[in-house]
Amino acid sequence: MSTVQTAEIKQVLRAFILSSINMKNLDDDANLFESGIVNSLFAVQWMTFIEKTFGIEIGVEDLDIQNFQSVNAATAFVVKQNGDARSAKSSR
Amino acid sequence: MTVSSVGVIGAGNIGTGVATDLILHGIQAVVVDRSEDILCRAEKEILSNVRFAPMLSKALPRISADEARRRLTLTTELSDIAPCQFIVENVTEDWKVKKDLYAQLERVMPPEICFGANTSCLSITQIASATSRPANVVGVHFMNPVHLKQTVEVIRGFHTSDATMDVLMELFAQLKKEAIVVGDLPGFVSNRISHLFMNEAAFVLQDQLTTPENIDGIFKKCFGHKMGPLETADLIGLDTVVRSLDVLYESFQDPKYRCCPLLRKMVHAGHLGRKSGRGFYVYPEQNV
Repeated sequence: MSTVQTAEIKQVLRAFILSSINMKNLDDDANLFESGIVNSLFAVQWMTFIEKTFGIEIGVEDLDIQNFQSVNAATAFVVKQNGDARSAKSSR
Repeated sequence: MTVSSVGVIGAGNIGTGVATDLILHGIQAVVVDRSEDILCRAEKEILSNVRFAPMLSKALPRISADEARRRLTLTTELSDIAPCQFIVENVTEDWKVKKDLYAQLERVMPPEICFGANTSCLSITQIASATSRPANVVGVHFMNPVHLKQTVEVIRGFHTSDATMDVLMELFAQLKKEAIVVGDLPGFVSNRISHLFMNEAAFVLQDQLTTPENIDGIFKKCFGHKMGPLETADLIGLDTVVRSLDVLYESFQDPKYRCCPLLRKMVHAGHLGRKSGRGFYVYPEQNV
């Protein structure tokens, strides 16, 4: 995954969070859940958005709050999932 | 008595939350609503809630979608709840709608079955008056999201019996929920107070003292609340908030519950909060 693509993913994720919480700025490392920036109602929307937008399915083994607790964590998760999907395709 | 099946009437936010919680605790949920469309949306939401639940609360189990489907029945036929051992009613906050429904429940359910009325503001004693079994009616005010909130405001109506309270407490033990039991007057404890906050926050905005962000910010950053009153109103739905304020005003005949004109105007304009994409805040389509 190129740096540009990673930056784009991060931008999309950050924009979604900002539009949802009515804040103008957000630290990409801020823990969304512990800081109280979002609540548990938002968590399901957040993960559904990630699945729909990036065409990935969050598997049972990936259902860990740490994968989605910040913009940077979610970006790393999406990048990894996209990388895994590509590796699987090229190995066929 | 172990409760193994519960009828859930009304598949809105709270109804789907109650069904989610039942399924997560191994109890069959029979969900009734008026249309297939509503039920289809409810099924999606319930399955999504069940899937993500253990991530949001370590106390909740992982359950496959197939298992969740096995524990869930969705139907437009009220008579399908007849075999259930307890009923949770979550229909619109409208006395006529509730009165008609309880008259139907009376015909469908065996006389010993208890009804948990999930209402925002209507008196439980009034709801119970629509049945010939007022001792079997108890108020259960679940909070959203139901499966992640461990405490429920329980309202004991004028006629609610000890036996009914026992059945409810057994169900709550299975759901690992705690009850805070209060007496019955419209709005109970929670909404009698929270709606004053929401209404006054709308008055503050109407008086142009500051922005919605600042009003909510004071509640979140100064008082330590998880959500501010305007965000909460948007989440509940401004139409529901206005209806509840009207019930409180009518019930107590107290001007402190008069609905802020701005709130009513927003409802007339179709700005109902999250569900319409716009309320005190604007919500992008994917967030609704």
